[in-house]
Amino acid sequence: MITSPKPGRLSPPDVLRLAAYGLRARPLRVVLSALGIAIGIAAMVAVVGTSTSSRAQLNRLLDSLGTNLLTAGPGLTLSGEQAKLPDQSVAMVGRIGSVESVTAIGQLPKAKVYRTNKIPAPQSGGIGTYAVHTDLLKTVGGTVASGTWLNDGTSRYPAVVLGARTAERLGIDDVNGDLQIWLGERWFTVIGILDPVPLAPELDLGALIGWQAAQRYLGFDGDITKLYVRTDPDAVESVHGLLARTVNPAQPNEVDVSRPSDVLAARAAANTTFTGLLLGLGAVALLVGGIGVANTMVISVLERRYEIGLRRSLGATRGHIRVQFLAESLLLSVLGGGTGILLGSGVTAVYATLQDWPTVVPIWVIAGGITAALIIGAVAGLYPAMRAARLAPTEALAAA
Amino acid sequence: MTSSADTIVTLRGVYREYPGGVTALRDVDLDIDRGELVAIVGPSGSGKSTMLNVMGTLDRPSAGQVLVDGFSVAELSDRELSALRATRIGFVFQHFHLAPGVSALDNVADGLLYTGVGLRERRQRAEAALRRVGLGHRLSHRPHQLSGGEQQRTAIARAVVRDPALLLADEPTGALDSQSGEDVMRVLLDLHQSGTTIVVITHERVVASYLPRQVAMLDGRVIGDQAEVMTG
Repeated sequence: MITSPKPGRLSPPDVLRLAAYGLRARPLRVVLSALGIAIGIAAMVAVVGTSTSSRAQLNRLLDSLGTNLLTAGPGLTLSGEQAKLPDQSVAMVGRIGSVESVTAIGQLPKAKVYRTNKIPAPQSGGIGTYAVHTDLLKTVGGTVASGTWLNDGTSRYPAVVLGARTAERLGIDDVNGDLQIWLGERWFTVIGILDPVPLAPELDLGALIGWQAAQRYLGFDGDITKLYVRTDPDAVESVHGLLARTVNPAQPNEVDVSRPSDVLAARAAANTTFTGLLLGLGAVALLVGGIGVANTMVISVLERRYEIGLRRSLGATRGHIRVQFLAESLLLSVLGGGTGILLGSGVTAVYATLQDWPTVVPIWVIAGGITAALIIGAVAGLYPAMRAARLAPTEALAAA
Repeated sequence: MTSSADTIVTLRGVYREYPGGVTALRDVDLDIDRGELVAIVGPSGSGKSTMLNVMGTLDRPSAGQVLVDGFSVAELSDRELSALRATRIGFVFQHFHLAPGVSALDNVADGLLYTGVGLRERRQRAEAALRRVGLGHRLSHRPHQLSGGEQQRTAIARAVVRDPALLLADEPTGALDSQSGEDVMRVLLDLHQSGTTIVVITHERVVASYLPRQVAMLDGRVIGDQAEVMTG
């Protein structure tokens, strides 16, 4: 007997051509069903992209600000009252070997800040008045947006430097020689406005005056409310451990020590819960997109019964038919996935640029997006492809 | 059962029953020799389409034996039957069924898609097949740019591009005007002249009268089988 006939294999380019042929014939439907996948993938890429970009921005910020700033403030005494920091603490911290600089501020809770003396007293706007030393700016890594910082001379006179949000709240955006505000029941001349200080955000809503001026004009008692300590970057941990005991050797438990850069990082980490939620929404969109693809493929198989019959008559095996429809579904999903990655990256780029962040879309997100699209395409296409392959040739041809 | 080497299709006691009690073929015996041109005629519902499907291995008989090109259809798997169709059997349908938006050349080249032949060779052979049916000047035309007769000739080219041992045509002129129908019949006669075995299903006596052998069917039975005495 003659050897039984063997079916020919479809080469990968042939499979791709078959898949593309099926999609080309119904462009509108392809666009609509790929759109579902595209939206899902775009949402996920954009969410991951923006959060990665914001983290990149934070790292860039921390790099420039340094993570070696520590703060020490009075905590609570054992009896639950507000503790105080000893006057000599600045000098004592300064004696720790790896401390590069240390400076103190003292809050004047009674000195309220108003734009003019005509403003009713309750409308103080939550602005805090702080007595500061001239080395504060260098220690916290702040910069002056307008005007000048306090110097040894202006520290003795009623001169004030405003934090960024204070200036905004008072409606002052520029410093010109003789601008005055009503601070602690007398006029202070505004000599400068600071940029936001990320590592010491309390200063942003502060009015900063010289230590001597505070004592001379506002009856400041010299109590320290906070110490800013800049250390050798390699010794942050050890100074952190020493700081409470050095500041107040008698009651180290009454000193709160913290590292502001950790607070920033923790806030960024807290944002990831929100990211998780958005990722979940993206996954739902993706699932709906996958159902859309499956639906499109099922309808396509129903409509193309005659084509299936014709291909069987041309010698296609069930396997050939299955591969054709599966490839079509995969191609459809990958088209959607690719579009989604482009869209998501675009959204990330636009958002990051508007926020003045670096644009970062990690490679693993792109790879993950394509993989997700492939899996969806395979799952969505499997059942329709099996149905197409199961169709008997005569039954398919009778559908004309 | 026996069949000579000259026989391409042998049907012996073939029945085809459909669920619901419809019997499309009843005890059909038929031999078709290589190189023959046969018309199967009969009114609609006489079972001639089922006969074509059975001869073309698209359908298996409920009972009886079918031999195509030496292979017993009952002994072959679905895969093997597909391969048999891909290499040895060509189909032409009433409504052409060309892929829209695809050139005549590529439509014909798709006739070789499942034979394992590379794209280059498929296109070369498709061009030759289109020239054979007189459409050498229409290679890059798309189906909607072709007349009905040209579309059917393209479909014939798709069926003959793999040099099938057996060409099965189901009402090939049924959807055409008489002029185009004549063109198509002339192409089939030419193919017959060059040695292709062709079976044409038709309900038109006029069409059948062109052909040297006529098998008449009614209610699933062969009721007549007459051949003109051919010279040479």
